[in-house]
Amino acid sequence: MANEVVLLDFWPSMFGMRTRIALREKGVEFEYREEDLRNKSPLLLQMNPIHKKIPVLIHNGKPVNESIIQVQYIDEVWSHKNPILPSDPYQRAQARFWADFIDKKMYEAQRKVWATKGEEQETGKKDFIEILKTLESELGDKPYFGGDEFGLVDIALIGFSTWFPSYEKFGNFSIEQECPKLIAWVKKCLQRETVAKSLPDPEKVTEFVSMLRSKFVPE
Amino acid sequence: MATDDVKLIGSWASVFVMRARIALHLKSISYEFLQETFGSKSELLLKSNPVHKKIPVLIHADKPVCESNIIVQYIDEAWNSSGPSILPSHPYDKAIARFWAAYIDDKWFISLRSILTSQGEEEKKTAIAEVEESTELLEKAFVDCSKGKPFFNGTDHIGYLDIALGSFLGWLRVVELDAGHKFLDESKTPSLSKWAERFCNDPAVKPIMPEITKLDEFARKVFPRQQS
Repeated sequence: MANEVVLLDFWPSMFGMRTRIALREKGVEFEYREEDLRNKSPLLLQMNPIHKKIPVLIHNGKPVNESIIQVQYIDEVWSHKNPILPSDPYQRAQARFWADFIDKKMYEAQRKVWATKGEEQETGKKDFIEILKTLESELGDKPYFGGDEFGLVDIALIGFSTWFPSYEKFGNFSIEQECPKLIAWVKKCLQRETVAKSLPDPEKVTEFVSMLRSKFVPE
Repeated sequence: MATDDVKLIGSWASVFVMRARIALHLKSISYEFLQETFGSKSELLLKSNPVHKKIPVLIHADKPVCESNIIVQYIDEAWNSSGPSILPSHPYDKAIARFWAAYIDDKWFISLRSILTSQGEEEKKTAIAEVEESTELLEKAFVDCSKGKPFFNGTDHIGYLDIALGSFLGWLRVVELDAGHKFLDESKTPSLSKWAERFCNDPAVKPIMPEITKLDEFARKVFPRQQS
């Protein structure tokens, strides 16, 4: 059977960006379908009935849900080029640990920075900066999180960088000042074609987040 | 591979620690079990898992691996030539197993725990309804994943998803006793009920499944019951 790959996604989703990057890393042709999250398609509801969320990867008619699971699936099916996970079991465990850390901590923390104000926002900002610093310390002086090669943890984190200007604008702080090495890493990742093609313009994301914020935080 | 080079930091009562222990037993790996005292964290734990400061932590040749599902995958990969395969072999089946393991931790377990932490009858009833609903989903998942075989793994031996859910069976029984409500039962969840018995009797599981009365006593310490 020919490889038929469809990705149900939403353009500013930092989770969808992961799957886009992984597919491009492997040179997989795919059909990108934009979902309107206020009016979810029957296909989305059918393929992800439990969470009803994007991204949804549909490979030859069969759905794979959850972005980190999708990235690992893509790595295992198209194993012939650009490995996303390292081959050493210990390095693989470390990569999974940090991808899991990003999933457990980043989303909730970043949300407080743009969706709240006052004391809640200040606390959220502090937590968020601490998480970024933990990640920066893990990166250290390596070019990528996994070392010399671009991999799972880079893919897990890079999408959030398109939301950085939003956090800075609404949180009133500079990520470059707090975590210069992380910003250098972002710039390095953006030089990769698969990443540049998969990430939206951060300015457009900021416009989108402004619109969202006005719903949560009446000024 | 030096088998005296493996340590596991954990506790007899922890579901997540149990996952690691089952995986080690499946691969016939000898290990030193370092039990934490409830209410305090050892220096070794804080040093080995500085990010989360939680058990289990597997220490293999002095290198720590954290997070139970990640530990299970690590054990499967590091000792891939001994014992059965813990993850299914086909990438799609792996993705499905990982999906349900994440669902169990992110949704099912959270609802289960909230039965023990609920304040008042209304909250408890809502939590019970949530667990009922999600257990029904797991019953369907079993039928899909097992493909007629005795385990979620789709084979004749226990695997990743069996371990992910099965490790909760002791605590599930404790919650059932507390709530006065059965979630696993022959009429509502026929496949899961039979699977649960098979899982608990598996030689890799039986020696370490905690005794229900001991676990119930421990649960009352950790989750003091609310006065109704």
